[in-house]
Amino acid sequence: MTVEPLSRRQLFERAQRRKSTLIAAASTSLIVLLVVVLIPKMPRWDRVRQSFFNAERFKDSFPRLLHAFVLDIKIFAWSVPFIVVLALLVAITRNSRSPALFPLRAFAIAYTDIMRGVPVLLWIYLIGFGVPGLGMDRPWNSPLLWGSVALVLTYAAYVAEVFRAGIDGVHESQRAAARSLGLSNMQSLRFVVLPQAIRKVIPPLMNDLVSLQKDVALVSLIGPVEILRQAGIDKSKFANFTPYLAAAAIFLLLTIPLTRTTDWLIERERRRTSGTRVR
Amino acid sequence: MRRFLISLAVVSSLGLAACGSSDTSSDTTAAGGDAKLAGGTGNDCTTDKTLTAATLTIGTGTPAFEPWVVGDAPEKGEGFEAAVAYAVATELGFDNEHVSWVRTSFDEAVQPGKKNFDFNLQQYSITEERKKTVSFSDAYYTTNQAIVGFADSSAAGAKSVADLKGLKFGAQTGTTSLGFITDVIKPDAEPFVYDDNAGAKAALEAKQIDAIVVDLPTAFYIAAVEIEGAVVIGQFPADANATPEQFGLVFDLENPLVACVNTALATLKENGTLATIESTWLSDKTGAPVISL
Repeated sequence: MTVEPLSRRQLFERAQRRKSTLIAAASTSLIVLLVVVLIPKMPRWDRVRQSFFNAERFKDSFPRLLHAFVLDIKIFAWSVPFIVVLALLVAITRNSRSPALFPLRAFAIAYTDIMRGVPVLLWIYLIGFGVPGLGMDRPWNSPLLWGSVALVLTYAAYVAEVFRAGIDGVHESQRAAARSLGLSNMQSLRFVVLPQAIRKVIPPLMNDLVSLQKDVALVSLIGPVEILRQAGIDKSKFANFTPYLAAAAIFLLLTIPLTRTTDWLIERERRRTSGTRVR
Repeated sequence: MRRFLISLAVVSSLGLAACGSSDTSSDTTAAGGDAKLAGGTGNDCTTDKTLTAATLTIGTGTPAFEPWVVGDAPEKGEGFEAAVAYAVATELGFDNEHVSWVRTSFDEAVQPGKKNFDFNLQQYSITEERKKTVSFSDAYYTTNQAIVGFADSSAAGAKSVADLKGLKFGAQTGTTSLGFITDVIKPDAEPFVYDDNAGAKAALEAKQIDAIVVDLPTAFYIAAVEIEGAVVIGQFPADANATPEQFGLVFDLENPLVACVNTALATLKENGTLATIESTWLSDKTGAPVISL
């Protein structure tokens, strides 16, 4: 097999690519150098390092934090399916067209407006302490249960808006075509509109998931000790902020792959739908 | 320009007036053989040691809870800690006009860093760990940990720590009470933790937890006033934990004012003022059964 000689254009593009890589590498190493060399020269760096970057405290807290993080993951894992289903229902309701369904649409609008307009914190307190306070017995008054319900209700409102944007983004002609092929209203939603809508909104959905993953920590306000609370307990005990740094590191272990995947999905979608990239 | 000159004149005349008055009054105090300086602005010991010259800045909780501070208004001097603060201030030679209050959260005041108060009091137990970041005065109160729960719950009637193992506990984060749960009681279920006692009380009322661990006076107050049906199930003996629960005033690390305040506290203990304040604002300690270890 003979290797095709590169055209002039390909040669030029390769040179351009190499040049960009070189510039990026140079600017990155310059910044890293500045950070690594200059910060330790600051006058109070020693004290900051003692209270934020204390290796001993890091090692001591890390296993406890990891143990507490399991709770974050659990809350996250069982909340997400409920959020997605509820959000989809709300979005579909808001996009319904039958005049008879007006009350449901009005309810869906009020729901998204109110849930998004009030801080998550308040919902957690209100639902987490308020509902069990009505007189339930264990295990039904669990703060884990009602804290998760508060998260599901608020996040479903955000995610519903994302789904609605996706549904609105599918051109009306798609629906018209589906109906003219004899599909019912529900069928065209199910087989034509939603598949396109959901594919479009996966990147913004991932964004909401990353945000949820951090807000899970708010459930600790009503009792359960998850990673941020555990970090706070350790911080108070040893008057050292390193446990928060350790908690951040654990969070990043999960969020970075998640955000990278999101970017990759966005990039794939862009390649699929648009032309050649302009340099 | 003209306005500036006028204000300059006003300021300088005020300054002169202030000098004049302090001269006369220091004469009279000197005659009386008193170390206090003019106009209740501190004594010899406190000079140049307070955060703001001639003013004692005292920190407390946000909000401050009863029975320590009545009605979240420490400036009224009502409640045990508000009264102690003013007694210390008086002993240091500050009159009420020269005491100012600031608020910090519980956690904030015992963290490293610059302080915006001369001393802070909100039931800080003196511990070795905290001594690394802040300085403490001598103790102004000694108490025990106690547990509060509903009279009709599984917590009621506990006689020893063994009876408490199966309970779900709650406490405020950063407190010695939380440490007491994990180090001394060691319950089977992990305790729930809250930002403040308000959270713990809400959880107790929602029956999400069986009992709260707090200091004894707070326990009495919660049971008597705040939660209907709650009782002080018991108090733990003073030697239950490695460090006894002694409350100290919190200062910035190595603040020279500590020595002045310790002298003041010693006087207040000696002349019975501290005991009087205690009996005025706090319940009798013997009112709760003792839980054995």
